[in-house]
Amino acid sequence: MFSALVAAAVLATLPHAGRVAIPAGTYLPLYAASATSRVHVAAFHMDQQPVTRGQFLRFVQARAEWRRGGAARALSETGYLSDWKAPLDPGAATLDEPVTDVSRNAAVAYCAWRGSRLPTADEWEYVAAASQTSRDAARDPAFSAHLIAVYSARAGRKLTDIRRARPNAFGVSHMHDLVWEWTASPSAAHAMHHAAMTSAEHMACAAASDGATDPANYAAFLRYAFRSGLSDGSTVHTLGFRCVS
Amino acid sequence: MSSIHAPHTTPGRVFLGTILAAAALLAATSMTACGRSADAAEVSHTQIPVRVANDKIIGQEMATLGSPPNVPAPITRDYATKVIVNLDVVEKTMRLADSVEYTMWTFGGSVPGSFIRVREGDLVELHLHNAAGNTMPHNIDLHAVTGPGGGAKMTLTLPGHESVFTFTALNPGLFIYHCATAPVPMHMSNGMYGMILVEPKGGLPKVDHEYYVMQSEFYTTGKFGEHGLQSFDMEKGIDEKPTYVVFNGSVGALTGDHALKATAGQRVRIFVGNAGPNLTSSFHVIGEIFDNVYPEGGSVASEHNVQTTLIPSGGAAIVEFGVEQPGDYTMVDHSIFRAFNQGALGTLSVTGQAPNRVYAGVKSGVTDALVGKE
Repeated sequence: MFSALVAAAVLATLPHAGRVAIPAGTYLPLYAASATSRVHVAAFHMDQQPVTRGQFLRFVQARAEWRRGGAARALSETGYLSDWKAPLDPGAATLDEPVTDVSRNAAVAYCAWRGSRLPTADEWEYVAAASQTSRDAARDPAFSAHLIAVYSARAGRKLTDIRRARPNAFGVSHMHDLVWEWTASPSAAHAMHHAAMTSAEHMACAAASDGATDPANYAAFLRYAFRSGLSDGSTVHTLGFRCVS
Repeated sequence: MSSIHAPHTTPGRVFLGTILAAAALLAATSMTACGRSADAAEVSHTQIPVRVANDKIIGQEMATLGSPPNVPAPITRDYATKVIVNLDVVEKTMRLADSVEYTMWTFGGSVPGSFIRVREGDLVELHLHNAAGNTMPHNIDLHAVTGPGGGAKMTLTLPGHESVFTFTALNPGLFIYHCATAPVPMHMSNGMYGMILVEPKGGLPKVDHEYYVMQSEFYTTGKFGEHGLQSFDMEKGIDEKPTYVVFNGSVGALTGDHALKATAGQRVRIFVGNAGPNLTSSFHVIGEIFDNVYPEGGSVASEHNVQTTLIPSGGAAIVEFGVEQPGDYTMVDHSIFRAFNQGALGTLSVTGQAPNRVYAGVKSGVTDALVGKE
């Protein structure tokens, strides 16, 4: 695969292992000032895969306050790491699976511990718009249909082996097929602009298509609707994250 | 009574205002003389009430939910109460037709979802619980709710979470409910709908059987009958070209062993809903005539002796009829290709004794006269 070769080449030049260089570019968000106002995204580096339970174990080994029941427990809902066997035991067979049931607060702390941060929604969506062959496949009906099928197939399915990576055109894997992913809290300026359009209220009715740049981008609606229900402490069994720098 | 304020601009307009005020006073007087004051409590059908949630709420109870095609028993209370409704959202792979599966998103684990039954004036406390293993956020818009979003704006619920909201059932009637989370058409196409009956204060007439039938469409990537796990086809949805049109969530959900049942001489009521998401239903029971129809799910049985009743997408109807003659009665959407080729078929199986003169075959065979003509 060409994309696999690209990924291999990119991997060789990573600032740290497992992180992919994402070049600057533009993408069209689900909600924008107009149907043609693409958003510029500066270059950054993104984890090639979601953070695993094994990686998160090393974090909570080093930072006791983020263990289940630890000092930072008030920053997450009670579902935090609830399916771990013990605060320092995710279960040996599951170390390669994406970590889930982590709050945004915990994800931010994990990324900071690694000298990085959560991606903004723009950065995440920019990379997520890539199919295996095109960096901007948001308007490709086949890619859209693929994502709808992928999101639906996650229902009731166990998280699968994270090592079976099929990277997209940026060289990044598992943006869609395993779990939802956290993005950073919107900045104040961004929130002013987009809060109304991406609020839980707006996502809770047929009017959600009002103002959307592409009313047929159901995959994006599913992601935006999911995010609209989140607060910083939320924990969800199908929600993980990856870091960027 | 409203009063009319004379504008203080010109003498001419003051004069006009005085005349209008006098006319209004006269009108009010004559209404009183007829025994109908302007603030009479009686609400006729020509009036438009602005309703008030002021029934005294006595006690509380947990709602018993109906699993299709069954509904909870009629309400015997003659007072308003607080009704707690627990609805669990479950995402699971279910049968759509023989050897055809689909990952349904459900209210209560069935398609259509659990049937809710309350009484006009009840205070309903609805708990929407989204199972932890689910993938999607969900909410609920009940058409029985008065308020923006019908509950949807207050109930967006993540997997593993619960939302609670309350509403007073102000208007009696049969209403549908559905998930209204973006993208709404996908949530509805995947099975997220059901019905809530708000019984009028006097209740509904007694019948021998009440059933719950809901029509809906499925848009699958494979053709009708194509085996295996199917996924949602957005393009077919946008084109309004469903792969399946079914009653109660799957082909054959109401046929064979699953047929609705009654005995000759009994009275049957069917709460019929149409989830759409696109099509209007022409609901018909072959070989029966609806004695009463509450059109569009309203609280008045205004139509009688009806062959086919039209049910809008996102709407409902109540049909009542006595069953006279034993045998199988086929329920269809009389847009008949949907029944013949897309699954919109159900059966009401009537047993018992045949009455005199209602229905009888007399002769079947070759007609000599016809043969002669050929």
